Amino acid sequence: MELVCPAGSLNAFKAAVENGADAVYLGFRDETNARFFAGLNFNDRAAQKALTIARDRGVKLFVAINTFANNQHWEKWQAAVDGAVDIGADAIIAADIAVLDYAHRRYPDQALHLSVQASATNAGALSFFHRHFNIQRAVLPRVLSLPQVEALSQSSPVDLEVFAFGSLCVMAEGRCYLSSYLTGESPNTVGACSPAQFVQWQTEGDTLNARLNGALIDRYAPDENAGYPTLCKGRFKALGKQFHALEAPTSLNTMDILPRLHQAGVKALKIEGRQRSPAYVAQVVKVWRAAIDHYLANQDAFQIDPRWQSQLMDVSEGAQTTIGAYTRDWQ
Amino acid sequence: MQLTLAPIPFYWPRETVLNFYEQAAHWPVDRVVVGENVCSKRRELRTDDWLNVAQRLRDAGKEVAVSTLALLEAESDLKTVERLCRQHDISVEANDFSAVNALHREGVPFSTGPYLNIYNAQTLDLLVADGMNRWTLPVELGRETLKTLLAHIDSSALPLATEVMAHGYLPLALSARCFTARALERPKDACKRVCIDYPTGIPVDSQEDQRLFTMNGIQTLSGDILDLQAQIPEMADLGVNALRISPSQPEMTDIVASYAAAIQSRESQPTPASSAPYCNGYWFEEAGMIHHAI
Repeated sequence: MELVCPAGSLNAFKAAVENGADAVYLGFRDETNARFFAGLNFNDRAAQKALTIARDRGVKLFVAINTFANNQHWEKWQAAVDGAVDIGADAIIAADIAVLDYAHRRYPDQALHLSVQASATNAGALSFFHRHFNIQRAVLPRVLSLPQVEALSQSSPVDLEVFAFGSLCVMAEGRCYLSSYLTGESPNTVGACSPAQFVQWQTEGDTLNARLNGALIDRYAPDENAGYPTLCKGRFKALGKQFHALEAPTSLNTMDILPRLHQAGVKALKIEGRQRSPAYVAQVVKVWRAAIDHYLANQDAFQIDPRWQSQLMDVSEGAQTTIGAYTRDWQ
Repeated sequence: MQLTLAPIPFYWPRETVLNFYEQAAHWPVDRVVVGENVCSKRRELRTDDWLNVAQRLRDAGKEVAVSTLALLEAESDLKTVERLCRQHDISVEANDFSAVNALHREGVPFSTGPYLNIYNAQTLDLLVADGMNRWTLPVELGRETLKTLLAHIDSSALPLATEVMAHGYLPLALSARCFTARALERPKDACKRVCIDYPTGIPVDSQEDQRLFTMNGIQTLSGDILDLQAQIPEMADLGVNALRISPSQPEMTDIVASYAAAIQSRESQPTPASSAPYCNGYWFEEAGMIHHAI
């Protein structure tokens, strides 16, 4: 079972490699990837260096080109595919039909993984992408329960990769326009959710207001930890109550179901977090490497070391974690 | 320019739905798309019931199609979609690539709804090759992208009709989680289909009472309702083939009539009020919730 880890910078890339990643994924410095944030991601030179590090350690390098191309700037997506092939990426992770089609026609030998942003949740949709682009692997949206992942693993025409740890998208990825409804920019179009340039922090007496393009996402008392105003994680009013109406700030953590994911035949576990620091990447990768190795060596007697969970909790959003949609209770 | 009545996004009682389509048979709409595309647990009408509704509307002179589920989770969801795609009596509107794949396998032409990510010309080309003959612009895209794609359809002579959603709550997101059940503190597996109590969803406001979203089961809709009646002359000039009205409340007679009159006369009137204020920002390539008064 492959551990696929995020890198938003060369230092994060090194941290992932040194702490036991089997594969590291990165994006280029433009809107062709779904983590297009200032100061993040790789130019050609940094990507080349990353590849050298990866090759030295026998680690795979994946390039995420997983936004939806527009025809006005198509050359950017084309250049991203060409660049990924040029540096020798082990796989391109893509969601858009235009990107997949270009990569498959131009570079028939290039391995393609279907990004979570393609929102393919079933064998029929996976067959569509397999038929057209011969994808080898698909990353599943965070919407399926564990029994549904197990069933899909039986019927899928391609290998499956699932999210193991990191920020939790509440919505089916690639089909969420909440961000553009409030700001005009979304993960699909510009590669960012709740983009930073629309965030406004405002003090009002003792209270801290977090706004996104003017809309109040949350309001924090002095004793509360303020989180980034990702709009699905705000406190809103509905039915006369004020609460986290869609989702609370929390991270996904699937360590409890690691054995079942492995038994289901899931080929890879993905750590989310290209926007996170090298220290974060190092910590999370180290814990997951230890957990996977321990499990593979002790499949009948897998026990989670409490230190792993507390180390993951320390770096989790809102200092809390959830198994998310894998369990029906969350749904 | 045609007028299409899109599927009801909400969960209404069976009688309400049947009455709604009895009225729709007499409305000035050219095309009616029926079916459940939000939640497979909603069973006031089953697949065969939807096909019957479509047949009755066809008998009344409407073009008809039946819509597929947008977010599939269980294997039973996929079976339902594939069953719909195997019947060839009523044309199918695909809202997930499983439906596209099944319809291609069946060798029948199909339309696509707003849930497929069609952002560029290459995607149109590939789906046309698979059998798509009508598509819907994703709701977060606006006038400039539409112009580019219509120009491509024209220059490549693609046999393809273009629909643009013009009225209704914008379908913004889908989730495994049922927000309605959760807001009412019920587990999803014991939801008792409580969304039937909210015929226009549950409004979600900021702590400053700004209307943001509308909960509709596993779907998050916009807080305000899209209204592009003022853009009808511009869309007609661009070559849009059909406007899509998504029911924003059970009583749609006046809204449909005002759109039909605007298409006929190419002069828009203020759209009659619905269950929430109006917005139109996406058309101007801006935040969807913005409302530009024209």
